[in-house]
Formats: sequence, structure tokens, C-alpha cells
Amino acid sequence: MTTYSDFTIGEPVADRAAPDGPIETRWERRRFGVKLVNPANKRKMHVIVVGTGLAGGSASATLAELGYRVSSFCYQDSPRRAHSIAAQGGINAAKNYRNDGDSVHRLFYDTVKGGDFRARESNVHRLAEISRQIIDQCVAQGVPFAREYGGLLDNRSFGGAQVSRTFYARGQTGQQLLLGAYQALERQVDAGGVTMYPRHEMLELIVVDGHARGIVARDLITGETRSHLADAVVLASGGYGNVFFLSTNAKGCNVTASWRAHRKGALFANPCFTQIHPTCIPVSGDHQSKLTLMSESLRNDGRVWVPLEKGDDRDPNLIPEAERDYFLERQYPAFGNLVPRDIASRAAKNVCDEGRGVGPGGLGVFLDFAEVIRRLGRPAVEARYGNLFQMYQRITGEDPYQVPMRIYPAVHYTMGGLWVDYDLQSTIPGLFVVGEANFSDHGANRLGASALMQGLADGYFVLPSTIGDYLATSDHDPVDPDHPAVKAAEEEVAQRIDTLLSINGTRTVDSFHRELGHLMWEHCGMERTEAGLRKALDRIPELRKEFWENVLVPGTGVELNQSLERAGRVGDFFELAELMCLDALHRNESCGGHFRAESQTPDGEAARDDEHFSYAAAWEFTGRGEAPVLHKEDLTFEYVAPTQRSYK
Amino acid sequence: MRLHLKVWRQHDADDRGSMKRYDVDDASPDMSFLELLDVLNEKLTVDGEEPVAFDHDCREGICGACSMVIDGQPHGPEKATTTCQLHLRHFKDGDTITVEPFRAGAFPVVKDLVVDRGAFDRIIAAGGYISAPTGSAPDAHAVPVPKDQADRAFTAAACIGCGACVAACPNGSGSLFLGAKITHLGEMPQGRPERNSRVLAMVEEHDASGFGGCTNTGECAVACPKEIPLDVISQLNRDYLAARKARRRSA
Repeated sequence: MTTYSDFTIGEPVADRAAPDGPIETRWERRRFGVKLVNPANKRKMHVIVVGTGLAGGSASATLAELGYRVSSFCYQDSPRRAHSIAAQGGINAAKNYRNDGDSVHRLFYDTVKGGDFRARESNVHRLAEISRQIIDQCVAQGVPFAREYGGLLDNRSFGGAQVSRTFYARGQTGQQLLLGAYQALERQVDAGGVTMYPRHEMLELIVVDGHARGIVARDLITGETRSHLADAVVLASGGYGNVFFLSTNAKGCNVTASWRAHRKGALFANPCFTQIHPTCIPVSGDHQSKLTLMSESLRNDGRVWVPLEKGDDRDPNLIPEAERDYFLERQYPAFGNLVPRDIASRAAKNVCDEGRGVGPGGLGVFLDFAEVIRRLGRPAVEARYGNLFQMYQRITGEDPYQVPMRIYPAVHYTMGGLWVDYDLQSTIPGLFVVGEANFSDHGANRLGASALMQGLADGYFVLPSTIGDYLATSDHDPVDPDHPAVKAAEEEVAQRIDTLLSINGTRTVDSFHRELGHLMWEHCGMERTEAGLRKALDRIPELRKEFWENVLVPGTGVELNQSLERAGRVGDFFELAELMCLDALHRNESCGGHFRAESQTPDGEAARDDEHFSYAAAWEFTGRGEAPVLHKEDLTFEYVAPTQRSYK
Repeated sequence: MRLHLKVWRQHDADDRGSMKRYDVDDASPDMSFLELLDVLNEKLTVDGEEPVAFDHDCREGICGACSMVIDGQPHGPEKATTTCQLHLRHFKDGDTITVEPFRAGAFPVVKDLVVDRGAFDRIIAAGGYISAPTGSAPDAHAVPVPKDQADRAFTAAACIGCGACVAACPNGSGSLFLGAKITHLGEMPQGRPERNSRVLAMVEEHDASGFGGCTNTGECAVACPKEIPLDVISQLNRDYLAARKARRRSA
């Protein structure tokens, strides 16, 4: 056993911010309970927001509208490029515009169940309540959602839901919602409420007397690192899927902001809860730099199948119906092709493991539109999915109107993240975490069209209320820029950059990242076993050690140096990877996106172990490669009784 | 496949810069153009040379970070395709490909293929929004939007802010970008109250940022990876004229 796979169990951690009592009124009561900040005082208070995606962009804009002074940071050249822009499918809201039985309670229920009973009920209920306001807000901003001929909003059903509650803007919903938030943000930049720092990367958190009081950021153009001080810090820096190297995340997505906060004392919860999305374009070769998602909405009309026989490499159009296996429809007659993501992904992996996969390396399954094209005609299909079909054709060179698409699962979203309470505050007072960067709402599996909902709920509505309570009740003496804690943080950043530049080894950053990603995909991907995780936990520290002895980072620190940027991020991914494997190893049950081969039902479904694992695992950092401390947050279910999920 | 590259190298904003030649021997037709640059950069790094700096992020054609001119065309030869979605199957073994940054007065080069497109953010900040502070919205169904208007707004809103239109324009004009936002917001009933002030402020910022004027050459719409139609510029001109008239009347 490696040292690292040991851990100790510390004091339990609990959410003390959510009020007790009826869940329907908890959010209302919390909002009434928060201390308000006098409008004149808001102008004196300064909040740093790291990240400009849906959560960070909407939070920055809203905080500035309220009167706070905001500094907003992103590593991209413009806040409009944050990776929320790439979300395709849609955003859920319990509007019940379709009169099909939807309600706040149903969205709450579906999300708790979909998360496989590993999310906090209070948070999820609030998310379902706020979902309705989000749509109102976005429409008022001019987000061009799809509409019916009567001028009202269109809805569709979306992976895993039996009601039509998903609002969408063709296959570019994330783009349109993000541009709404971005425009609101730029409006505040013009009004002077927000100071924008594009091409800046947060490299350290500044904690003074136990409170988050700023960050150290590097100007990616000049290379200058300096500290930025404030009264509170909000991390909206997204998920950590790029630990796998290949994922649907943007190339720049990274865990550094979150990891630096974790190293400074913020607990990191459920790191092993990662989502593998079933409908991505398969890998085409070793040069592959990222994977492209095809919206899950395709599963509304596309039928997933593989040949019945192993090694059947005929042209798919020549394989007769009787020799096809529509395996999702066969295994899950009630939900068919619309089963949740984790189930669809694993089913695809299983048929490929049986040798019935299609395309290069047998790592793919068909997603076939022939039937819907016959039923509705090509123009109707084009109106629904035109841009997705184009994208597929551009990447693969194949025409999905003529031959079935090939798809394979890929890492897409991370449910785990920094632990936060109901107020979205981490275990470091004054450090708030919103959007994908926190762990709060999706449990062990996120439902389709819920990421956009959570990002905007956190940024537009939750954080702007709850952060006021912290700001109104904490001490705001300005921090001296020469305070030892500030100097120490600056020094740590400078040293780390110097180290990376001076190793001058023989292997590139990407070669390390690829190897780490491959290890993670093999052992901490769609299916995890004790033996595999132990192997990964042996190998990752060796590779990490080699990285810090043999990485080759060209150039200097005082210029635009993209290799240096990547090196810092990969350095943090190594530490995160170990924690993910440890978390996956300790959670000796299957739940949601975390499938432990040792814990399955007789028919191969994920078997939860509520008796032993009905908790969120919040990890405390104790040093690189050192055994961390596990703090458990017990999860209780008062409103949705845990059942084994069944989509049969 | 074997490809010869001529790449613009410029160490920083003050450097004069020059084209440099590189060969990549092990390219594959399934690679994207950015993956070709990845392969080149890995080789340069190991050989002790500085890799080529270029902007990229989502690599799925939506973030708008790609900013290179390939064989004289922004985003390269394929219609409606960003650089990250351009695959090498569109080139031939042995081809020589030139790669330069987007060039325009309003987009100064930062390094190699990286340019500063901050002017686009300033244009949006000047008025490219609908003022709807959080919490102030009526129910989403309070204002129906006729489908044809919603569709036209969406088509214009698909702009990814990459700046290919500016790089393609002989005048370095940002009119297609500007027209797209004017059309998106002006087409929605929610955007009407600020229609006049918006177009005046955005055009003023556009001109102040050093973009040139539009002379209807139409290169922008050809280069646009999202196929924003040229008629958004007509819309821009119409709205601008109407706003000027309205301002004179109220003066």
C-alpha cells in the first residue's frame, strides 16, 4: 500500500447555513436571515471574482449592479470565451409551460434522484426554485431562445427527463446564455463597477488571519505576478475534467485556482465524481488534443446501436434490422435512448468491451437518424440538429444524413469540487465558490441541461444574496500590501515559476499531461476497481516526481509563455489526480458517475451502499503526497427517499 | 503527410517579426490545423526552440479564440469553419501553407499569431447589451417574440467575436461584428428601448478603436465562420441613420 492511499478521518463537516424546517421556504427564510449591507457601504467593498463563465460572469455583473466594487479575472483574452460558451443542449427550468406535470418539486426530485442521492436536499430544492427566475432574467436580456410560431418559448425533453422543461437556443444554448451574462458584465465595466483583468491567471489565494483576502495573479502577456486584495474572493473557475488530458473541456480549463485554495485550507469534496458523456466524437488518433461533444439532445431522435455480432465491419447501412442491437432500448425499455448519462456511457463501454464496437479500434457505437429522417423528413431534422450534423461532418468527414454517426463516451463535467455550505462559502471564511467549481448540487451525477441552470442560479441569484451576509458581519480593515501573508503568497508563486523554468529537463509538459490523462482514464474513468486505483496511486507519484525533475519549459517568466502556463496547471493536476484516485478507492460503492466494479447489482447496475457511504467526502490537504484527512458531511434525505435508481 | 509551413514569428508587440519556415513530416489528414501546430510546437520545444504562440481554447468552433490567417484567408480555405475545426484532409501532401496572425489596425499583434482583440469588448461595453439588472425581469412569457424575429435575432447572435471579418476586410472594418450585435438586440422587443442609443454608442467606440469604415466589399461575410449574413450591415446603417435623425429631432 502506498503512503498516499492511507488517510485519516477527521471531524465531520456540516452545513450550518441552511435553515431547518420546511424545505419549500428554506431559501426564502435564509434570504430574510442574511444581514444586509448598507448601499453606501457596498461601494467601499471589493470582491474578486475568478472566472467569467456563466457563474462568474453573472456573479460579477450582479454584484456590480448591487453596488459592490468588483475585479473580474479570466485567463482568456476576453471574458466571452469562457468554456460555458460551448454548452450545446439547453437549460432546465420548472416552468411547466407544457402542462406536462412539471413543478419545482419534480425538478428537485429528479435532480436528487439523478444525482444518485449524493447531493444536499436544501441546495437542490433552491436550485429548482430559482430555475424559473433564470429563464425570465435571460429572456429580458435578449437571449434568443427557440420559440414557437405563436411567439412563446419552445421546450424539449432532455436526457433523463420525462417532462419537457429544457429551454434552448438551437445547439448553442451555452453561447447565448454566456453572451447574455457577458454583455451584462461589460455593461458594468463601462459603468465602472467592474474592473476586468483578461489574460490573467490566478496562481495563489491570499489568506490573512484565516480569511480569504485576495489572490496572486499573473499577467499572461507581461508575465508580471502581483497580488490583488479585496474583502472577499469568489472562485468561478470551472471543473477539472482536463486532468484526463482528453476531455470535452477547453484546452485551458484547469484546476489551479481551486487547487491553490484547497492547499490553503479549503476542503475539496467528492473529487472522484466525474461525468462521462455518452455522445462524443470518438478519438481518431494519437495526435488528438481534445474531444468534441455532440449534444445529448441527439438522443431524443437518434437511436443507439451496434451490430449483434462481434467484428461485423459491414457498411452500417447494409446491416439489416434483425442483425442490429439497439442495446439501450433493449436494456432500458422505459427510458430507451434517454437514460441518464452515466448509464448510457457504461452501456456503450460494455458493448465495446464485448468486441462489438464500431470504427477505429472498436471504440464507438452508432447513433442513427435514419428513422427520424424517414418519419419527419430531412428539413425537420436539419432544423433541429443542423449545426450539430455540420460539426460532426467537419470533424469526421462523414455525412450523418447518409451514414449513422459514431459516438463514444468522453469526460465532460466534474460534479466534485470545493466544498461549500448553503451560502456557497467554502471552509475558508470569505472564499465563495460558484458553478462547476463547487460540489454542491449534482451529487454523483449531473442531469442534462442542469449545469447552465446551476451556474446561473449561483451567479445571478444565490451568491449576490449570501455574500452580503459575510461582508456585513466580517471585519474589513484593509490588508497591508506588505502583510507577511501577502508577501509569502507572492514568494510561493515566484518560486514555483522559477522552479518550472529552471528544471530544463527533456520531456515536454504535454507528454506528461498525456501520460497522466491516460492513467486516469484507464483506472479512474468509466469503471474503477481497487486493483486499478492502487496501480494508479503507485504510478502517479512516480510520474509527478519525474515531472518536477525532468520537465522542459522553454522561454522565460517575463513574457507570454504558453508552455509555462500549461506546466503550472499540469503540476496541480498531478496532486488532484492522486486525491481523485484515493477518493474513488475509499468510496467502496457505486453511485452515479462513480462505478466501482466490486459494487454492482446482479444485472450489472451500480449498487449504492447507503449504510456506509451516504455522505459527501470532503478532503483536507496536508502536504504534497501526504495522507489527507477525510471530513464527512452526512447526507440526510427527508423529502426524497433513497431508492436504487431504475430506468428499466 | 508532409507539410511545409511558413509561420509568422514576432517576439512581442515591438518586434518587427518575420516569416519562418518549418517542416512537419508526420501530419495526419485527421488532425485539426491546431493539432498540426501542437505537433510542430512539441518538436520545437524538444529542439530547444521557442514554440509558436497562438490563441485557442474550446477547439470546437465556438469560443472564437482562433486568430490566424491561413494561406491568405482568415481561418483558412474551408467555408464556415474556424481554424480549430479545419482538418488537414483539406490539404495535400507536400503543400506549403502560410500562417499569419489576423492583421488589422485595431488588432495589434501581441506575439507570433496572438493578437489583441480587446477593442471588441470595448464596443460591447459601449452599448452591446440590453439593460436588465438581475431580478428585474417579468415572466418570460410576458412578451411573445414572433418566430421570424427570434430566428433572425438568433442568426445574428451566433457571432463568436473572433474578428475574422475585420481581418478579411481591406479597410479593417468591424462592421459585420457591429451589425450582428445591433441586429440581434434590435430584433427583439426587449432591445427596442435602447435601440438608438445603442447604435450611436457602439459606432462611436468602433471608430475610436481604429477600425476602418465599410465599403461593401463583402469579404467579411465570406470569411465569417458562423455565416453572419451581410444584411446585418444594412441593418446597422439603417439603425444608425434613424438614430442620428432622432437625435437631431430631439436636440
